Amino acid sequence: MSATPPANRWLRVDAWRGLLRDRPIIPLVGLLVLLVVVIELADPGIVNPEWASVILRASVPLAILAGCQTLTMLTGGIDLSVAAVASMAGFVTATLVNSPGGVIEGIAVALVAAALAGLLNGIGVGVFRVHPLIMTLGMSFVVLGLANVWQLQMVQTGAGVPSSLRTLGTGTFLDVLPYSLVVFVPLMLLILLGLRRTGFGRLLYAIGDNPVAARLSGARAWQVLIALYVISALMAAIAGLLITGLTNTASVSLVDTSLLPAVAAAVIGGTSILGGRGGFGGTIVGALILTVLTALLTVLGLPEPTRQVLFGAIIVVVAAAYTRVTAES
Amino acid sequence: MTITATDLMLEATGVSKTYGAVVALRSASLAVRPGEVHALMGANGAGKSTLVKILTGAVRPDGGRIAVRGRERTVHSPAEARRGGLVSVYQEPSIIPDLDIRANLRLTDTPLEPFRHWLAELGLGDLDLSSMARRLPLASLRIIDLARALAIEPDVLMLDEMTAALPANLTERVLEVVGSRRGGERSVVFISHRLSEIASVCDRATVLREGETVGVVDVTAGSDERIVELMLGQIIHEMPAVAEATAGHRGTGATPRLAVRGISSGTKLRDVSFDLYPGEVLGVVALEGQGQDELFDILAGSERPGSGELLVDGSAASFRHPADAIRAGLVYVAADRAEALLMQRSVRENIALPFTARIGRWGLIDLGAERQKVDQAVTKLQIDARAGSEVRRLSGGNQQKVTIARWVAGGVRTMLCFDPTRGIDIRTKQQIYLLLRDLAEAGAAVLLYTSELKEVQLVCDRAIVIFGGRVVAEVGAVDADEATLLRAAYHLRSDAPMPEQVAAAVVDAASVDRPPSEVAGGPEARG
Repeated sequence: MSATPPANRWLRVDAWRGLLRDRPIIPLVGLLVLLVVVIELADPGIVNPEWASVILRASVPLAILAGCQTLTMLTGGIDLSVAAVASMAGFVTATLVNSPGGVIEGIAVALVAAALAGLLNGIGVGVFRVHPLIMTLGMSFVVLGLANVWQLQMVQTGAGVPSSLRTLGTGTFLDVLPYSLVVFVPLMLLILLGLRRTGFGRLLYAIGDNPVAARLSGARAWQVLIALYVISALMAAIAGLLITGLTNTASVSLVDTSLLPAVAAAVIGGTSILGGRGGFGGTIVGALILTVLTALLTVLGLPEPTRQVLFGAIIVVVAAAYTRVTAES
Repeated sequence: MTITATDLMLEATGVSKTYGAVVALRSASLAVRPGEVHALMGANGAGKSTLVKILTGAVRPDGGRIAVRGRERTVHSPAEARRGGLVSVYQEPSIIPDLDIRANLRLTDTPLEPFRHWLAELGLGDLDLSSMARRLPLASLRIIDLARALAIEPDVLMLDEMTAALPANLTERVLEVVGSRRGGERSVVFISHRLSEIASVCDRATVLREGETVGVVDVTAGSDERIVELMLGQIIHEMPAVAEATAGHRGTGATPRLAVRGISSGTKLRDVSFDLYPGEVLGVVALEGQGQDELFDILAGSERPGSGELLVDGSAASFRHPADAIRAGLVYVAADRAEALLMQRSVRENIALPFTARIGRWGLIDLGAERQKVDQAVTKLQIDARAGSEVRRLSGGNQQKVTIARWVAGGVRTMLCFDPTRGIDIRTKQQIYLLLRDLAEAGAAVLLYTSELKEVQLVCDRAIVIFGGRVVAEVGAVDADEATLLRAAYHLRSDAPMPEQVAAAVVDAASVDRPPSEVAGGPEARG
């Protein structure tokens, strides 16, 4: 776009690049539609409202966890403690189901515990400059350990996934729209608005793009990072509650398998792991793509190891293609 | 006996290099004889570093011819240049901090015995070679770098500001060693801002100005002035004066907007004091690395001074973070745009960045008000924001204007500009000068460091000159012509011969075909 293209072919590539760079969500939606078409071809009749509902229910918690990654990755960070925090939140709520305060008390305790973990992450990253990868990885072990302690303490009180969480996780309006959207849609709007229209959102991008420039403009990164990691942990806790309800399971390692897909969804959705680029819209599509891809690999009836290899390979190819194509020439 | 081209150790002719729209080298030439210590001189941005990088293969030239010992060669990489006998020691030592010295030597295949010999010559004979590089002070690393270069006996050794920031005793040893190379078989190209060093060790000096070789001078007593005159060239007023600089803004008894009192910082800044008044543009003039970077970092809140005091509007201020300086009304425009801009974000977000920096402003943005402020600033600075969705797609000049617009949008009380016109086109420069004058007229105080001395008379009401971390002169705009400033920047006396007197001599010295009788050192010295 800067130099005169030498041939027609380059014109086309440049045009594509321009499109992908300015509207990264378009090719992503295209990929999602393609996957849906392929799954319909592989198993005709599978794509119907009920199927869509299953996909949505599975995608919602993944999209929230991927949202944690998106927000932290915008600043050049990452949050690897989300799985432990999410599992802990669901587990704590389940163990407190018979407490006087019931579900509300359980959720409140879970959210406070999550916020504390996030606060420590934020202090570590923002004040003590520990690399986010290390800080949140360490925090995930701490949270897991404490959840195990809690498990030993609460073993005799009797526990179970509260029915309200089960309903929230699995219920649907008219057999199509999952109840979890009641939580997800407001959260989504809040994040989308927050990133575009608030000073806080702007600072996330600014710190990720160029921390020196942000500092020279008077931004104190530690304040932003502390708030960010608390928000991330609270979102993780909400996702954990939904997953606990969806699977009707409470375990200290329930969400572990979703951690890396959450990172992958954010990356596929166009958020740069180096910071400064991306957004939540792409991440939601990325989460849908991963969920549909999992469904597709299952439908194809491939053996588990093959599915895993394909899943990994596809993530790498999509993310690499994305980076190449959207990079400034 | 005459010197012919084949007798030259190194000969570069017509070397040119452009970076985008910026011409770094127009037509540079350099001829170094065997056994000669040859100075390469030029004011900031004259192209010295580019020429050295081209000679050592770090940068590819656009044109020109380079010959070593009479044979033409193209150098593609520093390693290749090294094999060809050209070795350069840069200001930043090229030593890997996480390896010990012995391992660093092994990396470059440096013979150990000669290395030890040179190290001893340079005054570091007792160095333990198994010490980790990162544990050693910077000065020692630079000496090690030099000893390593000497140990492989290069035909041409290039020293780029080797003595800058070295302690006096080491500087002396370095000069001794460099001086001892005179009359041998090999040559040294010596770059330094210190004319006294040039006088003590160099045989001849090649002077660059605006990317061109403008003269070759025999270094003798009194050649300092010739060199300075060559660096200045004819002072061409290619730009009309932006405004009549008026030093009359200071009413008696007015409180300075910013008073700097005895600021020191390590060895870089020593007891710097000056006042900056509302309504004036105060220039800061200095050669590279005289402490101006540290001064601006301190004023902008990025660094804390070792000692001294800052007074803003008469009351003491201490900045722990740039946010504190901004709150006190001191805003900073960095020379390095990569440092100041969010390259992947829009012009609008870049300009609006300071608006939302404070925690109280993290909430919803009033987009209408923001757009109004941003648009005003964009119009005022005439930023071409057509490619504004990502700042990295803008031209350098427009990028620089964005860094200024950011502060203009919020209203300026005190602006600290560090070389804001470096590497941008002349039209944008003009716009920036006008803007700085406008700001001053409107009552703002502007501190302007500039590496282009011409700018001082165009924009500033007066200027201070910093040399070796101290303020060595203050010059009113009327007297702040390039010659005066450059003399002051080199810390030369101002009663030196005037241009008319040396002009004739300069013409002689600049001519390339010089009679052999002028050859310093002389061919017989080569044995």
